[in-house]
Amino acid sequence: MNPIETLDSPGYDIPPEMRGQVNITTIDRIYNWSRKNSLWPMMFGLACCAIEMICTAASRYDFSRFGMEVMRPSPRQADVMIVSGTVTKKMVPQIVRLYNQMPEPKYVVAMGACASGGGPFKEGYNVVSGIDKFLPVDVYIPGCPPTPQALLHGLMTLQKKVEKESIKTSRWYSRRPVPPIPVPVLGPDLMSPAKFEEIREYTRKLAEEQAQGVEGDQSTQDAGQGGAA
Amino acid sequence: MTDHESTLTTRHGDLLPDWVVADSRPGYEGVIVPVSRLIEFAFLLRDKLGYDLLSSVTGVDYLPDGKMEVVYHALQTIGGAPFVFKVQVPREDPIVPSVVPVWPGADFQEREAWDLLGIRFEGHPDLRRILMWEGFEGHPLRKDWKEPYYEEDAKPYKSRWPEGHVRRAEDVAPLHDNVQYPPGFDPESWTPDGDEALYRGLRKYLEDSGSELKTDRLIVNLGPQHPSTHGVFRMVVVLDGETIVDLKPVFGYLHRNHEKIGERCTWIQNMPFTDRLDYISSMSNNFGYALAVEKLMGIKPPERAEYIRVMMAELTRIVSHLVAVGFLLNDLGAFFTPVLYALEERELILDIFEAVSGSRMMCNYFRFGGVARDLPEGVLERVRDLVENRLPRKIDEIDRYLTKNEIVRTRCEGVGVLTAERAIALSATGPVLRASGVPYDLRRADPYSIYDRFEFDVAVRYHGDIYDRYLIRLDEIRQSIRILKQVLRDIPEGPVISGKPQWQVRVPTGESYGRVEGPKGELGFYVVSNGKPNPWRYHVRAPSFINLHTLAEMARGGKVADVVVILGSIDIVLGEVDR
Repeated sequence: MNPIETLDSPGYDIPPEMRGQVNITTIDRIYNWSRKNSLWPMMFGLACCAIEMICTAASRYDFSRFGMEVMRPSPRQADVMIVSGTVTKKMVPQIVRLYNQMPEPKYVVAMGACASGGGPFKEGYNVVSGIDKFLPVDVYIPGCPPTPQALLHGLMTLQKKVEKESIKTSRWYSRRPVPPIPVPVLGPDLMSPAKFEEIREYTRKLAEEQAQGVEGDQSTQDAGQGGAA
Repeated sequence: MTDHESTLTTRHGDLLPDWVVADSRPGYEGVIVPVSRLIEFAFLLRDKLGYDLLSSVTGVDYLPDGKMEVVYHALQTIGGAPFVFKVQVPREDPIVPSVVPVWPGADFQEREAWDLLGIRFEGHPDLRRILMWEGFEGHPLRKDWKEPYYEEDAKPYKSRWPEGHVRRAEDVAPLHDNVQYPPGFDPESWTPDGDEALYRGLRKYLEDSGSELKTDRLIVNLGPQHPSTHGVFRMVVVLDGETIVDLKPVFGYLHRNHEKIGERCTWIQNMPFTDRLDYISSMSNNFGYALAVEKLMGIKPPERAEYIRVMMAELTRIVSHLVAVGFLLNDLGAFFTPVLYALEERELILDIFEAVSGSRMMCNYFRFGGVARDLPEGVLERVRDLVENRLPRKIDEIDRYLTKNEIVRTRCEGVGVLTAERAIALSATGPVLRASGVPYDLRRADPYSIYDRFEFDVAVRYHGDIYDRYLIRLDEIRQSIRILKQVLRDIPEGPVISGKPQWQVRVPTGESYGRVEGPKGELGFYVVSNGKPNPWRYHVRAPSFINLHTLAEMARGGKVADVVVILGSIDIVLGEVDR
């Protein structure tokens, strides 16, 4: 659709002599129109997908056509975080912190299989199975790694999402500020602060099982290893 | 005397002491050294036999025998095959003397063996975890350590094949997530260790500032989110004003558990994972792994496949060096424009990879005994056009724009100097070693595949500074083009894979170390087979990781702005550093 058409709301009568000089639109439309054409990604690469992200920024694919060429290394100046690669447990506290530091409105694009759900490395002991375990993801892009075309399509999908938003319903314009996402802690394994209660319940049960197992048989080893059971 | 023992004797005469015994297990090579005399042997090997560069150190957990083995691969920078020696210790509380006093380049690799296998290296100057964080529970590569999503010991899993029903790992795991905790653990009472151990090592610098001016010393973290660190790499630097007093790299932010996953996959299933190690040069990684397994299987690829392999490996080298040069300029402050020039050429080569393998970056093209499929029509002509016309012109263009540029010269000449002695001691390989004046290139020093047929020069530069490391990459691109021309001239017709394609190969018992001259340095794959469909041990000797030993050496005494460029000149890829 022609961008002017989407902007113009012809619900009002404009006198013939003023047509072409005066446009009437809604706040939402003009605001979203300008926002979606200047989505600044954060310059932040995690793994293989980051190379394809750089290629998308380079001359052949060139996402500056969509107003996205301004990649900012600082989260304070970024609108969209492209999680480009495998999210590891060691890295996830930093990613959550970076997300918390981004000003609102902010968006997250999970680029590639790893960021979407762990990908080929899902079973790894240091791998988080998808960034959506911690951050709200707006667009998932499949692929390992997604081609630059796929990334462009994902970003255009995000633009469409931005277009449909309304100031009235967006969570960042509500009266109360959106609370930051609690930063995960690195303990014996990755711990999400929201899940402390669940973890305690689980380890208590494990300890009980182990106490019983000592009298019984050798299966305590397996129980201690969690997933083996 | 077995064959194996006689080769040892012919190579080293009677210089090998009688207290080392040849490794007599079928399929194994090298010697076994008693733990108590390891250091003595290491000195002998280095000083008497001339094995001056310790290439690889890794551990193998032989759970059924109750043994932990540490495997060393040492090499002579004058060329030749590596010398393999091992020590064996009991699995419970394994302690091995550290060889860091002999070869400082063992530092990170011993830390890795401690982190992942729990082998304690006595006398190591800084034995901390390296890939996982301090406080992590367990040593993941030990065979009896199970991860939270553990399903079975070996793939293919019964749940997928032959029954073919899949449950999500989240639904099966007790906490519905990829986490596990020791029994009775209370998260509230956990005090994170953080980087206390790391900072403790650096705090000594804060106390004595030595200079006449009263200055404060600062500990500054660069990374893991930093625009110039080539990914999620972190450097902790101690600064005196602008000057770097000491630097410690911190790894593991992209530790994707290649080795644990690799020991569960079947042999061929590992091939796509090797793509994702050094994700800029996937074809080279395929090459190394294929060589290692082919050595065990005792097969050789047909002629045409050999030529295709060399062609792909050299194209990969061009890609990798172009990217390295582009991003080096990025680090110098010439933001993105030089990269655009580099990526333009890279895209053309990626088109060839896509035509050949179906994927731009993750090619997964090599197979044991050949390559996956023949070249499609028209690819040879495209490569010829690139090699004959476009690339030489474009390399000259980059050369003309950058080499004499005054800013490049001022910032690079004489900065980040690494001497030949230190480069060898710190186990540097690849362009980093050759820019310091050591003409060690595996393609000449220990030729693999068909590299002995080609005419090319080993690029070498002598100043060991950033400028030479930049120039050597241009030199190597030119040599690669030279090799490619010969490949295009000589490539024969014929089959591209020996035998029929198999999805489950039979690999005889034994160990093997396949190494190639990757774009970043010596890329080695150490694999151990016990005759099963999965490798018992799968270890990657990652050149980016080991070349990082030299970072602190080059950065000390330099300015903080230079450290970024020094890192760029080593040319690391985090997928390979952290694996």
